[in-house]
Amino acid sequence: MNTLGDVIGTSKVVITCGPGGIGKTTCAAALGVAVARSTERRVLVVTVDPARRLADALGLGGIGNDATVVHDVGGAGELSVAMLDTKASWDALIRRHAPDATTAQRILDNALYQNITGRFIQSHDYIAMERLHELVEQDLYDLIIVDTPPTRNALDFLDAPSRMADFFSSRLLRWLIAPARGGVVGFAARPFSQIADKILGGQFVGDITEFFLLLNTMYDGFVQRAREVEMLLAHDDTSFLVISTLESVPVTEAEFFVRELSERRLNVRGWILNRVLPPSIASDDLAIAMDSLSHAELAAAVDATGADDASLRRVRDALLSNTRRWRDVALAERQQTQQLNSRDVPVFTIPTLDGEISELAGLTLLGDVLYGAEGVVKS
Amino acid sequence: MTPPLRQRRLLFVTGKGGVGKTTIAAGLARAMANAGRRVLLCSVDDRSDLADAFSLPPLRFEPVRVDEYLSVMAMDTEASLREYLKIYLRLPIVGRIGPVAAAFDFVATAAPGVREILTIGKVCYEVREEHYDTVIVDAPATGHVTGYLAAPQALQSLVRVGLIRSQTDWMLQILSDESLTGVIAVTTAEEMPVSETLQLLTAIRQDTTTHAAAVVVNRVVSDILVPRDEALAQQLASQRPSPFDDPHLDGLFAAERFAAQRREVSREHLSVLREGIPSTLPVIIQPYCFGATTSAAIVADVAASLAEEIS
Repeated sequence: MNTLGDVIGTSKVVITCGPGGIGKTTCAAALGVAVARSTERRVLVVTVDPARRLADALGLGGIGNDATVVHDVGGAGELSVAMLDTKASWDALIRRHAPDATTAQRILDNALYQNITGRFIQSHDYIAMERLHELVEQDLYDLIIVDTPPTRNALDFLDAPSRMADFFSSRLLRWLIAPARGGVVGFAARPFSQIADKILGGQFVGDITEFFLLLNTMYDGFVQRAREVEMLLAHDDTSFLVISTLESVPVTEAEFFVRELSERRLNVRGWILNRVLPPSIASDDLAIAMDSLSHAELAAAVDATGADDASLRRVRDALLSNTRRWRDVALAERQQTQQLNSRDVPVFTIPTLDGEISELAGLTLLGDVLYGAEGVVKS
Repeated sequence: MTPPLRQRRLLFVTGKGGVGKTTIAAGLARAMANAGRRVLLCSVDDRSDLADAFSLPPLRFEPVRVDEYLSVMAMDTEASLREYLKIYLRLPIVGRIGPVAAAFDFVATAAPGVREILTIGKVCYEVREEHYDTVIVDAPATGHVTGYLAAPQALQSLVRVGLIRSQTDWMLQILSDESLTGVIAVTTAEEMPVSETLQLLTAIRQDTTTHAAAVVVNRVVSDILVPRDEALAQQLASQRPSPFDDPHLDGLFAAERFAAQRREVSREHLSVLREGIPSTLPVIIQPYCFGATTSAAIVADVAASLAEEIS
């Protein structure tokens, strides 16, 4: 059976995706620690918004696009971490693709541009992929692990490059900017501009037009870049890992990711089930043992602990009630595991670890568990 | 003092992904409907689990009646635009829908705030027309919700004339009125959700005209073991005296260890939360639903425990 370490193997890019709230960022970071410890590779983990403590554990100070080297991972490799700064990345993108510095500055100063980069919900997804491409081009790392933004319709980050390209080549964009270029508004475009004027007001439509005229000067660069990003994602050296817990909603979302990624012929190389309850809680023998414990005499325990009988009974009953609660959850998880629709993707089960992972030591432990986890392919 | 939830006409339920925002929105809607209010529950997320919560087929823009008091719909910005055009422009829709859809697609992609305003506009419209006593919105997650709630102002600053401009005024009136409208932040007692909640509450105050109505802490595990017994439980786990020595009881102690860690994490983050929010803002503790496995069962459980919060 292959371990997760084997599965990642010689990948140059690993993209983790999955629903929010399941420890995705922590897993991505832990995996980075493990690869840097077990191999001689230079690893970069790119994350969107790590928890404060995780950022502290990794030595990430403020927000910024620059990578920081994490010291003392205790291995032959090297680990760096970078956070994605959407605004800074957009600005860099504009500067790179604009035909000249004046155009770049006009775009950066445009109120609409500032509004879009600040609020445009999809911009995060596009910029994450754009940044990945840049990092791969720079070739400073042997492995780049990208922790994707935790959105529900999270495949947006995959569609973003082609959507961006489609957008620039769209007929509507041409309709919109045709009058400004001194062209004649065609018959087909007329109802569109009338409605747009009526709803949004001519001035606003004018503002949009100007903005997109400027943006249009970057057409070639954008489209070419979007295509390159698409090729990078589909490359054999790029591995996707889907991460979820065994709760029903995250599992449903993860199944969606596995299906969509597979259908796009992207390399889904593993499904990580994170924070799974210990199997001992779901064992059949436990039920029998709990039943005998509930009737057992406690005299021997009184002698051994020095506690009184009443306290021991109270604690025993509390332990039993607590176990019944979590046993129900563990049994539901077991059933969920059996029903997973993993489509030949190896499944890696990661047990829940003690407490919150908030220090490098915790990340190292989780990383080792992840790296050595054995994949199970459902037949 | 924050006006009570039951009097609000428009409630936006938001939270970090994975904390159970949809479940809380559904449970709250169920509880209010049970209390005799006519409720419209609206999902903004196209892949929301609201339909599951009421065992319904996939939701559409046209509301589905769950029962006499509760209706459920899914936001569809294109349908919202069509409805809007029908109401305000009196456009003969037939024959125009092609260009409208095309215009919409473009404008929604290009112009910030348009998609958001069509969503906000629709729910505000339902409030204004008094088709329902309460409209509950299963709103976008914390990172995105302020963009929605601030859309009317954002658009006002960009658009100086046109239909949308005149429309944003009455929307803002509804959204800003604390006796009508409120935002419910759902969280769990964990680090990231709590810190996002605190950021959200600040952003709501600073960037929007809306007000926070309550914080719901979801999936809080109540303590079975009283604090004075914790030491004895630990002693049993390390000594394993008879009759606790059966190796098959490992699961019993594993479950306690797990619960103890969860307790500790939960206590810590609950106190961070309470310290970080104004003391006037209600904090509603929603217990973990053990035993309920389907989303419909969980929603019924949540509705039962929220009943007293809205009574």
